[in-house]
Amino acid sequence: MLELSLVLKNAGKSLKKTGKQMRKNYAAYLFLLPKLILFTLFIAIPVVWAFVLSFQEYRITEANLFAGLDNYKQVFESEAFRKALINTTIYTVVTVPFNVITALIAASFIHTLGRFAQNFFRAAFYLPTVTSMVIIAMVWRWMYNYEFGLFNHVVGWFGMEKINWLGQTDSALSAIIIMQMLIPFGVGIILYMASMSSISDSLYEAATIDGANAFQKWFKITVPMLTPSTIYLTLLSTIGSFQVFTQIILMTGGGPGYATETLVHLIYKTGFRDFEFGLAAAQSVVLFFIIFVISVLQYRVLNRKG
Amino acid sequence: MKKRFTWSKALIYIVLSVAAVISLLPLYWVFSTSLQLSSYQDEELDRPTSYVNANPPKMYPIGITEYVEHWKKANDAKKAGDIKEEAYHRDIMDQIIADTFSSFKALFQQNKMGLWFLNSLYIGIVVTIGILLLDSMAGYVLAKKRFPGRNFIFWLIISTMMIPSQVTLVPMFIMVRDLNLMDTHWALILPDLSMVFGVFLMRQFMLSIPDELIEAAKIDGASEWKTYWKIVIPLAKPGLAALGIFTFMNVWNSFLWPIIVLNNSDLFTLPVGLKTLQDANLADFKLLMSGAAIAAIPMIIVFILFQRHFVKGLTLGGVKE
Repeated sequence: MLELSLVLKNAGKSLKKTGKQMRKNYAAYLFLLPKLILFTLFIAIPVVWAFVLSFQEYRITEANLFAGLDNYKQVFESEAFRKALINTTIYTVVTVPFNVITALIAASFIHTLGRFAQNFFRAAFYLPTVTSMVIIAMVWRWMYNYEFGLFNHVVGWFGMEKINWLGQTDSALSAIIIMQMLIPFGVGIILYMASMSSISDSLYEAATIDGANAFQKWFKITVPMLTPSTIYLTLLSTIGSFQVFTQIILMTGGGPGYATETLVHLIYKTGFRDFEFGLAAAQSVVLFFIIFVISVLQYRVLNRKG
Repeated sequence: MKKRFTWSKALIYIVLSVAAVISLLPLYWVFSTSLQLSSYQDEELDRPTSYVNANPPKMYPIGITEYVEHWKKANDAKKAGDIKEEAYHRDIMDQIIADTFSSFKALFQQNKMGLWFLNSLYIGIVVTIGILLLDSMAGYVLAKKRFPGRNFIFWLIISTMMIPSQVTLVPMFIMVRDLNLMDTHWALILPDLSMVFGVFLMRQFMLSIPDELIEAAKIDGASEWKTYWKIVIPLAKPGLAALGIFTFMNVWNSFLWPIIVLNNSDLFTLPVGLKTLQDANLADFKLLMSGAAIAAIPMIIVFILFQRHFVKGLTLGGVKE
């Protein structure tokens, strides 16, 4: 009993202290207030609401009824979702490692050059990142055009038949993947370059004395020292890759059939073409968990390697 | 030894140059197609009606060489005193100019490109100013003040950065509809202002501001607002510049949410306008590429002018801590 009253007394004291501190710091709360209001309204509430909605039968015309796990059942039983998940996974597994590795190589090359050349190449590789994906997707759709597109001219030089890049089931996803591989990972190149310049020269000097060649130095010093950047960039581009949408809606609309259907495009279609809000919410919750699990796994695997 | 060094350097230059061409070719192709001759036909020569669809493809706007050709002929005719011939070539030169820029004219006259451009600019500026103010205020207190709940708020904000924004699409749609904000610019501005990345960025940046300066202002009797406005903001300028540029770029390029909430073509932003333009003109690539060019130019200019801020912003929000 004595102990309890002591605990209560202390709790009361610390509560009072907290209250005092809060009053003393009212200015700090005022500074935070506008952002917190917006954050609560447009991020916190919608996130919680999305989870609630995913258990409801919510169509634009109907009242919201509790639906239990019906939406989730429908998600996992649908052919479209299965295809979207497979396509998005293939797309990510191919493009993310390729883009991160090429960014590392490009940054390593650029790093050896003079200042002017560094600025030039950095700009050349970052410019496509600055331009909207809408623009990039529109011009690639033009380059992939069956009759007059640039690619089919190139194909023609090699004496091959024209390819209906985006229009047939067996090449559409590859076309989207090739496009993503050929757009430089500008953020990655810039971050790698910044991290490289902070690696201590003494490491390289020591390696030179030990008789290491340029490649050995790169592979044994540069690459391991860049591990934090590699983790960050892999996570960043995997998360981005699972959200692929703009190319899909502007270039293939998910077709032909479900050949290029992706998760976010499916969510968009379910929610804002069919207005099946409950189902779309369930799909987006599943997307969230997929991204969450992959992020955690990647972080652990890559961290252990380093 | 020296020779081998040179060779490896040459190889690096070659590899990087090829990669740079691949990187920039699509953008170049936007501009080249947008300025390509499309309907003009030189009667003297048997040429296709549209150079956009030429085979083999014309790798640059053919109007440039055509124009120079006729300009030379016009000059020759002038020297020879053949007024009729000169007028003929001058007339063709005007046609070439008109044809080269015809799609841009169509975009502004038959479509609402000018309006879309202004909408994008207006929303971009409003959101950028708002974000700079809100996020620097929040970032400042999270970095420099000690108060109950600080760590909780920071943790809350950081954890939502991991949530993909698509999760909130449906609830936000219902909310915006119920607030009667559908088909208004507020439906874009308010959610954009609530983005939290800037708070994190500003907090990281403000950590490097020495506490002594803030303490000194306090001792001099400056109010909290004055300390923030006169001491903190000037010191945070490089961070603000980086955040401002990234915010503007993200808003300018924003696509998924705007196509959901905007239906009235008077309110479209450029990306939404471009989508409807493509939906209505699937095969008119000169027109589509002209629209794309108009949307691309401002970001290219911003990037060229503020390149170092881009680098700063990326490294600040990225690896450090």
